[in-house]
Amino acid sequence: MNWRGAFAIFDYEMKRFFRTITQSIISPVISTTLYFVVFGAAIGARITQIDGVAYGSYIVPGMIMLALLGQSIANASFGIYFPRFSGTIYEYLSAPISAFEMVLGFVGAAAVKSLLIGLIILATSYLFVPVTIMHPFWMITFLVLTAITFSMFGFIIGLWADGFEKLQIIPILIVTPLTFLGGSFYSIKVLPPFWQSVSYLNPVVYLISGFRWSFYEVADVSRDVALGMTAVFMVLCLSGVWWIFQTGYRLKS
Amino acid sequence: MPPIIEISGLSKTYKTGFSALKNINLTIDKGEIFALLGPNGAGKTTLISIICGIVTKSTGTVMVDGQDIGPGYRKTRQMIGLVPQELHLPIFEKVGDSVSFTRHLFGLPRNDAHIEKVLKQLSLWDKKEAKILTLSGGMKRRVLIAKALAHEPRVLFLDEPSAGVDVELRKDMWNVVRDLREAGVTIILTTHYIEEAEEMADRVGVISKGEIILVEDKKVLMEKMGQKQLNIILEKPLEALPQKLGALGFALNEGGSQLSYKYDSKREKLDVAKLLAGVARAKISYSDISTQQSSLEDIFLGLVKQ
Ligand SMILES: Nc1ncnc2c1ncn2[C@@H]1O[C@H](COP(=O)(O)OP(=O)(O)OP(=O)(O)O)[C@@H](O)[C@H]1O
Ligand SMILES: [Mg+2]
Repeated sequence: MNWRGAFAIFDYEMKRFFRTITQSIISPVISTTLYFVVFGAAIGARITQIDGVAYGSYIVPGMIMLALLGQSIANASFGIYFPRFSGTIYEYLSAPISAFEMVLGFVGAAAVKSLLIGLIILATSYLFVPVTIMHPFWMITFLVLTAITFSMFGFIIGLWADGFEKLQIIPILIVTPLTFLGGSFYSIKVLPPFWQSVSYLNPVVYLISGFRWSFYEVADVSRDVALGMTAVFMVLCLSGVWWIFQTGYRLKS
Repeated sequence: MPPIIEISGLSKTYKTGFSALKNINLTIDKGEIFALLGPNGAGKTTLISIICGIVTKSTGTVMVDGQDIGPGYRKTRQMIGLVPQELHLPIFEKVGDSVSFTRHLFGLPRNDAHIEKVLKQLSLWDKKEAKILTLSGGMKRRVLIAKALAHEPRVLFLDEPSAGVDVELRKDMWNVVRDLREAGVTIILTTHYIEEAEEMADRVGVISKGEIILVEDKKVLMEKMGQKQLNIILEKPLEALPQKLGALGFALNEGGSQLSYKYDSKREKLDVAKLLAGVARAKISYSDISTQQSSLEDIFLGLVKQ
């Protein structure tokens, strides 16, 4: 194992984050505040409670998940895309580093960054609404699993993309709609039966539901189903990454 | 000297279907400076990239110090430093950080003394804290070299190190190369500047259209293929070559102001007296005599055209 090499990648990616630490913190804080103003105040005035939880508190887990998914994908896809784009990838490819160590460095850093942002949002939420975490262990488990899974997904996007537009297109076309439709700001139980069934095809529903359960013990699906679905998506992403390194897809000609 | 790199039956066909390397067989000895010469698109960068792990091979084997670059990639890559042809650099990083980063990437612990030595050798020490973005092209190439040396490689690939580099830097660079050679590092360079190969290399390989068409000790090569030429500078230019001189093998050059006689230094002993007597008989006076040896460039162009 070339631990030093893997750590060098991790450290390099983290430094990029800390170099712009103010931006890195301010933007999630601002967006959280906006969500509370718009959803909490405007909608919360009409919907006071969902499943016995005050609306403002109810949206906290969804909001964190929304940021976690977006940040994981953005960080990881950019992290690997940029060296490909600038040509510095030659350095990683000619170093005695295995595929696993490279993923560890890039995906690890992206996951840690988005975890930090998730925690910042959680901390900001405490300023606006009461938040309880009934199952801290499960809360952290869902947080970490999701961060890793979606960082791997982002890594795959960063390898697949051959232009900056493609880097944006999956998050905009697929991930953002799925998170908004995944019950970040509502319970899918409020939907008509047909749309409820459709929602169960959305993997994000399970992530948000499981995560919300760890806060308030209210959920659209059971914890174990949520966990299972998260694991399935993780295995899918793992296989994708594994296949990429087996074939050298988009990395080596 | 035992071989450090052994390439056998190596071929590369890109996804486009283009066959960039065709059955390459090549052995590089430990500690030598090997120059790979070839026109644009000959496959030099492709060959280097395969050895370093950047491009996948189609068929054949490559061994570095007895290790296959496939299963033994960790050991082989650890030994190799690469200065790529293009200026691929993390432009937002500082010079010193970027060089240290490469060292860590190769799994080595921090060694400030080594980094300092490399940076000083390449006159980059005072730029240690500068962002790469702010450097000139030649400086950037130095950074690439420094990065390639950060992990103390035993084999160094220089892919067209002289592209965009001024005379001063070229001298610096060749001094570094000489130092490395003294320390036992094997150096493989590709170049378009034939003088460079001529000046630096122990052996020369010529590659054209994906095939190695010649590998030869530089001196042997130049002797074997070396055409020499005797030049006689005339005091007054001639309008036409006198028939008798033509019969001796002379040609008229430089607008009639020079008589030249081409000969093969290997096969033929030059009879200067006979030639000069011939010139004197034709009542032609001359001011100077010189001989000139064909350069590697002439040899190279001759080979590639075939
Ligand atoms: N990724 C690629 N896909 C398809 N063809 C490629 C690829 N890379 C290189 N080639 C082709 O392979 C051939 C050899 O290219 P290579 O870069 O090895 O040449 P070179 O000898 O280094 O040339 P130069 O002196 O210009 O640097 C060229 O015809 C080139 O167009
Ligand atoms: Mg080249």
